[in-house]
Amino acid sequence: MRQPVISLLSGALFGAGLAISGMMDPKRVRGFLDIFGDWDPTLAFVMGGAVLVMVAAWSLQRRLIKPVFANTFNLPGTQLIDRKLIGGGVLFGVGWGLAGLCPGPAIGALIIEPLSAAIFLGSMLLGMALHRAAKL
Amino acid sequence: MTLPGFPDAMPAEGLLGGVLIGLAAALMLLGSGRIAGVSGIAARAFALSKSSLPIPVAWLFLAGLLLGAFLIHAFVAPVQSTFPNSVALLAAGGLIVGFGTRMGSGCTSGHGVCGMSRLSPRSLLATITFIASGIVTVALTNALGWAW
Repeated sequence: MRQPVISLLSGALFGAGLAISGMMDPKRVRGFLDIFGDWDPTLAFVMGGAVLVMVAAWSLQRRLIKPVFANTFNLPGTQLIDRKLIGGGVLFGVGWGLAGLCPGPAIGALIIEPLSAAIFLGSMLLGMALHRAAKL
Repeated sequence: MTLPGFPDAMPAEGLLGGVLIGLAAALMLLGSGRIAGVSGIAARAFALSKSSLPIPVAWLFLAGLLLGAFLIHAFVAPVQSTFPNSVALLAAGGLIVGFGTRMGSGCTSGHGVCGMSRLSPRSLLATITFIASGIVTVALTNALGWAW
């Protein structure tokens, strides 16, 4: 029963962080990518704060035999750098730049701009389903 | 707090929010042994990916995300935002983000936060790629007059 609770709490911290950080504002996120225009560096502070905490978390993780509330670590082990990784990154960046939204903020945005968020998320799920159907 | 030269930036709020996002990912990693990658969790919630993450547990993360955002918005500080006013931009953006994040195995949270902090070369490259691609996209849309 502990993993569902961890998941809920982790999601709540994540959503609170998104709401405080300004990342639920697509214009601000777009502003971070607008380096030749009116650049807004806020996203760099968000990424920096999150990465700092996670650097500490990874160094703790390396000393653990197993997670505190689970039996094994389920972590990505692949080191493969291939066309899927790069192509996926290029595509993700295009969509991110067009709408100013990535998956986390888009889900959080359901509470402030439900219609816009739902259009984005519905299309996102369709995109995920198309990828699955394409069996790439 | 403002940043000299960038009157609209929110460095303090950004850093604080970023620390909370980092704590969220740390809790998931150290508590459940998993990566808090939102694109992967969202795909799993809708049974669009194979993963050992139980579907109800994926839904709880998404419910928590909405709850956390709602609590801040309602009781701490209302979220200010400007959305694109074009359905086409939202729909096209969503479609490409969905396909791309599955193809590239992650988004800003999985590659950007969890992978970069692990010094994963894969995640580092993915993050550089999607930021560069986003920069080019925004520059092109500005040139085309699609800025919003």
